[in-house]
Amino acid sequence: MSFETAFAAALLDPERPAPEGLFDPEGRPAGKRYDVYRNNVVVSLTDALGVAFPVIRALVGEANFRVLARAFLAGHPPRDPRLMLWGDALPGFLETYPRVRTLGYLPDVARLEQAMRESYHAADAPAFDPAGLAALPPEKLTEATFAVAPSVRLLSSRWPALSIWRYNAEPGAPKPQMAAEDVLVSRPGFDPVARLLPTGGAAFAGALAGGAPLGAALGADGVPADFDLDAALTALLQGGAFTQTGDPS
Amino acid sequence: MLDATPSPNRLPCATGVGYKAAYFDAITADPGPVAWVEIHAENYMGEGGRPLAQLRHLAERFAISVHGVGLSIGGEGPLDRDHLARLKHLIGWLDPASFSEHLAWSTHETGFLNDLLPLPYTQATLARVADHIDEVQDALGRRMLLENPSTYLAFQASEMSEIDFLSALTRRTGCGLLLDVNNVFVSATNQQTDATSYIDAFPLHTVGEIHLGGHSEDADDHGAPLLIDSHDAPVVDPVWALYAHTIARGGRKPTLIEWDSDLPDWPVLRAEAERAHGVLEGVRP
Amino acid sequence: MSNTAKTLAVAGAVAAALAAHATTPAHAQAKEKCFGVSLAGENDCAAGPGTTCQGTSTVDYQGNAWTLVDAGTCAEIELPEMADGTPRMGSLEELDRDLPA
Repeated sequence: MSFETAFAAALLDPERPAPEGLFDPEGRPAGKRYDVYRNNVVVSLTDALGVAFPVIRALVGEANFRVLARAFLAGHPPRDPRLMLWGDALPGFLETYPRVRTLGYLPDVARLEQAMRESYHAADAPAFDPAGLAALPPEKLTEATFAVAPSVRLLSSRWPALSIWRYNAEPGAPKPQMAAEDVLVSRPGFDPVARLLPTGGAAFAGALAGGAPLGAALGADGVPADFDLDAALTALLQGGAFTQTGDPS
Repeated sequence: MLDATPSPNRLPCATGVGYKAAYFDAITADPGPVAWVEIHAENYMGEGGRPLAQLRHLAERFAISVHGVGLSIGGEGPLDRDHLARLKHLIGWLDPASFSEHLAWSTHETGFLNDLLPLPYTQATLARVADHIDEVQDALGRRMLLENPSTYLAFQASEMSEIDFLSALTRRTGCGLLLDVNNVFVSATNQQTDATSYIDAFPLHTVGEIHLGGHSEDADDHGAPLLIDSHDAPVVDPVWALYAHTIARGGRKPTLIEWDSDLPDWPVLRAEAERAHGVLEGVRP
Repeated sequence: MSNTAKTLAVAGAVAAALAAHATTPAHAQAKEKCFGVSLAGENDCAAGPGTTCQGTSTVDYQGNAWTLVDAGTCAEIELPEMADGTPRMGSLEELDRDLPA
């Protein structure tokens, strides 16, 4: 085993002894001196995950979050040095972590938090000018296509994921009630905002993002017959989710 | 080796601070003596949004130093080419006054470990680190500065001193050095060596930037002092004295105050920069 | 829905959404709850907490530090265990259910 492999393996596993060949100034085994690195790695990554997923942390409590983060980082350390996006594997991890298996909503709340982070760092895009849409004759509207901003993320949850997020992130927010929620994350300025979409809104907006014209997006899988198009378009426009209209043919 | 590029950096011979988003308003309104700021490269590798907008704004006003914390130049494996490409992109559009990285490793096969991990100083590690520096300088098209680490332990395998190791790297690659005076103090305390002797033996003519920062105090298994490079406190007086000794000996150098956690209010950080400014002003250029 | 009716419905919805967008004051939009992620997951080059036991705790590592006492806000949220409505209240798992043998 190379020096580095031995050094790295023991960093994440406290049950392994410190690697051979490390000493204090008097030639004694390094002991706690090696543990400085163990602490740096474990605590800095745990802290980074806690900053990235504040609502998951609030939901399970600080002490449990550290236990959970410890298990997560042992199996899912960052793949590259950008901590800003590390954690995309957390929702999947939460689906299988035994101690939270009765909190069925937890993975979707983590997906929402990750969506906010990704939106925050997404590419800038020119603001959408609604004049083009307003100028279209009514019979052309169903053929209108939209470019969706790179900062847009969509979540379709069988849980009240946004209500749970708000309950933990916004003082005075009401207790969540059981309901499926579709959520739009977008970035009207520099700060991502999460908005509730009407039922089927994530499927509808996902179809638009995939290039479907407005009329076709209304018929996409998951968009109900009584879909609230007004509410969906209002949320998408106010969220700055579009960058430009395509040319309706 | 890049012989053609004249200077490792274009930082002003003045004081800078480690930039945090929380300081954006304060530092633009009331910079005090701060003439340049240092950013951590990895925090500006997103696609857009506020971080890049703030950085573009800062770059109009201050000289920028890009300080990498994740390239793992001291690692056994090859450099992460994707990460090097991201770094090249950032350096390309920002054209910062300086780029620096650490004599440390942080990535192994298992992933990124988010710490500046130590390496033994041997002929084999020297050759590998030199190759990595060559690769970085070739990719970026500029000379870089390499920073001396804070160390907490010693390697049985080491064959040479840290200064011999760093000096050899400058000769082989043409890179400059970033001298972290707090790291010198931390390492000397932890290794029970003399910090002033370290400075006196250091190749100061290769130094393009100095770092000052705070540390915390702990103890090892035997009760010996163990200092941790925590960047969460003011620079201590013995480090200020070591800094004054350094520039009295080596001349004025661009000097950075680093403060990474438990961030103080801006006036506290600005006061640290003012203190460094006072020391710089007291020395002939 | 006939094509004509669909066209009218779409036109009505687009007009309503555009009107709502045009009449929403910018400051009202700005006041919506933002997520302050400016520091989320930043890299730095500081060392951590020294020789505290977090990195060496096998209790943490094995998950034995899991607690139902300081359980966070999940205890306040009254939702079923499963999205299909399985009625048992969602709560944190007891410690001994998954301990290694």
